[in-house]
Amino acid sequence: MKHEYLLEARHVTKYFPITTGLFNRVVGHVKAVDDVSLGIRSGETFGLVGESGCGKSTLARVLLKLKKATGGDIRFEGRDIEQVSSSDLRKLRQEMQIIFQDPFGSLNPRFLIKDVIAEPLRTHRKMSAKEIDYRVVELMELVGLDVSRRNRYPHEFSGGQRQRVGIARAIALNPKFIVADEAVSALDVSVQSQVLNLLQKLQKDLGLTYLFIAHGLNVVRHISDRVGVMYLGKLVEVARTEELFAHPRHPYTKVLLSAIPKPSPHRTTERIILDGDVPSPANPPSGCRFHTRCPYAQEKCATAEPLLEPTGDDRQVACHFPL
Amino acid sequence: MAEKILEIRNLTTGFLTDGGMVKATDRVSLDIEKGKTLCVVGESGSGKSVTALSVMRLIEYAGGMITEGEARFDKQDLVQKSQLDMLNIRGSRIAMIFQDPMSALNPVFTVGEQIAESLRTHKRLSKKEAWRQSVDMLRRVRIPDPEIRARQYPHEMSGGMCQRVVIAMALACNPELLIADEPTSALDVTVQAQILELLLQLKQEFRMSMLLITHDMGVAAEVADRITVMYAGAVVEEGTAADIFERPRHPYTIGLLQSIPGLEGERGGELYTIRGAIPPLSNIPPGCRFHPRCLYAMDLCRTNEPPLRRSLSGHMAACWLDDTGAEDPRPGNPNNRETKVTIGNRPEVTFP
Ligand SMILES: Nc1ncnc2c1ncn2[C@@H]1O[C@H](COP(=O)(O)OP(=O)(O)O)[C@@H](O)[C@H]1O
Ligand code: SF4
Ligand code: SF4
Ligand SMILES: [Mg+2]
Repeated sequence: MKHEYLLEARHVTKYFPITTGLFNRVVGHVKAVDDVSLGIRSGETFGLVGESGCGKSTLARVLLKLKKATGGDIRFEGRDIEQVSSSDLRKLRQEMQIIFQDPFGSLNPRFLIKDVIAEPLRTHRKMSAKEIDYRVVELMELVGLDVSRRNRYPHEFSGGQRQRVGIARAIALNPKFIVADEAVSALDVSVQSQVLNLLQKLQKDLGLTYLFIAHGLNVVRHISDRVGVMYLGKLVEVARTEELFAHPRHPYTKVLLSAIPKPSPHRTTERIILDGDVPSPANPPSGCRFHTRCPYAQEKCATAEPLLEPTGDDRQVACHFPL
Repeated sequence: MAEKILEIRNLTTGFLTDGGMVKATDRVSLDIEKGKTLCVVGESGSGKSVTALSVMRLIEYAGGMITEGEARFDKQDLVQKSQLDMLNIRGSRIAMIFQDPMSALNPVFTVGEQIAESLRTHKRLSKKEAWRQSVDMLRRVRIPDPEIRARQYPHEMSGGMCQRVVIAMALACNPELLIADEPTSALDVTVQAQILELLLQLKQEFRMSMLLITHDMGVAAEVADRITVMYAGAVVEEGTAADIFERPRHPYTIGLLQSIPGLEGERGGELYTIRGAIPPLSNIPPGCRFHPRCLYAMDLCRTNEPPLRRSLSGHMAACWLDDTGAEDPRPGNPNNRETKVTIGNRPEVTFP
């Protein structure tokens, strides 16, 4: 059966309890992801942007079932990921992978690079040592690593090379879907462009679908077919990349784009500077969550919550007065 | 010629490593005019922070050693000063802020106390007067409800607010020069916009000059009067924002600008990449340090280091191509026929 979406999330929420005192009494909840619905199409790159703490990484982890959703449902190839049997779950885990900003964060530094890359194979596949060696070499070639260095330690590799190792691990099990969570954000420009090219090449060659999270908006624009914008746990706008960047319709998207410093001596668009801080996700504003800072807010915005609604042209906006 | 607040000449700083002495900066020369902002841009490890810490003479505390050169601030060479003299200069005449505001703040004191404390170390003030001025500084960095905020601890504030507090602390004694090392790199883009705007306004209000270090070409374009591009420890190009973005002359600058994904126009195609990788400090290539990665490298580049040369308009670049008089093969910007004058005392090399 062919599904329009490889991955579809409906009304997904993720609340974290806030506890105090000796008895860990729950005094409230951080609404990290609050009623988010989105669909990611097979073969596309879906970019997710928004400021730190707005819920991007939490949403990604919930979609991958690395964290349990508080509510809503998530379908991967049409199947509800909460309902799958445990043997199917093993299969599912292999189909969905994640690349982090620091690919070695949780790894044993005494592993050799070949072991780092082989680890997912050893955990999930019944392969002989020889088969594993062969696959490691193949993966290293795929991601542009010097195969002769497979017996070296991670610390001998530069930031860009380490990220290639992270990518090799992620593709080792032939996944369909990969989340890149700030995967190129810590890299220098000249290294970043090399890794971005690699990600795009692998997508083409292996038919991958990406959820690409980054705070570098120019990078997201470059790699994504569609982009979703989050603010305080809510998805506020989804649109095709060109259209979103050329004509943002949600006021927050407009503010976000206007804030990007442009590498050109002549600024062509006006920079909109917001007042104050992002409100706390434990106690978000009533109505539209952006109303306390929105330059276009009207009375209605403080009381009625705008829903994410299609505006035609493959776009959805959550605003009472879209631009 | 406009008056200079800081003139760095051939500043070289080394670190002793297992493999011997390595140069983190190699004969760095740059000037900041009074009241102006100079941005130093470059990828990590290019020597931006080491240059700043050397000027502040904090590099000695980080295990580094200035082996050559001068840093003239208001006609005095900071390299020759004692650490005792520097203690008086730092914080009162030159202030520095960093990427992580938390590292500059003490978690156990309120932000008001910390600003008051820094005022009292440099000025003779009563406790009450110091507190009053500290609240006033919070107001001047546009922190809402400064009287209430002054009584809060750093952990009660957002990253953006903390960076404002650090700026307030840095400016409390009205320094002539502010050195800011990646002050907005850890902040979200809308907060970054707030802080950059604030810095530009405060620069006017306090009549300061500014040395701003960033890896973000966009940030440099927004705030700089002049931009210095560093690569592997050396200055490779310097000019106005228009020089650097519209008429870049050094192949490294050109490649770097081309590698940045754009915000308009075509998207999604293969990005331009500079071949190879940044060399480790222990193994800087001979001749032009960029030559193994440069598409235009000639025999001369492999053996002789190109000096940093200034055109009549003041745009500087360290590249042999810049002076060959041949048709400029680089895309877009034939600018190599301006008259060049060699500055500083980088090696004089006779042209073959
Ligand atoms: N304490 C130190 N010991 C040894 N090397 C150092 C030390 N501090 C900095 N370096 C080296 O100096 C070089 C320049 O660093 P830095 O000035 O921090 O670059 P940037 O600020 O441009 O990223 C880097 O290769 C760095 O590893
Ligand atoms: S609903 Fe109102 S406050 Fe919210 S973004 Fe739209 S105009 Fe602004
Ligand atoms: S001096 Fe030679 S190698 Fe260096 S940047 Fe110029 S052309 Fe390239
Ligand atoms: Mg630095």
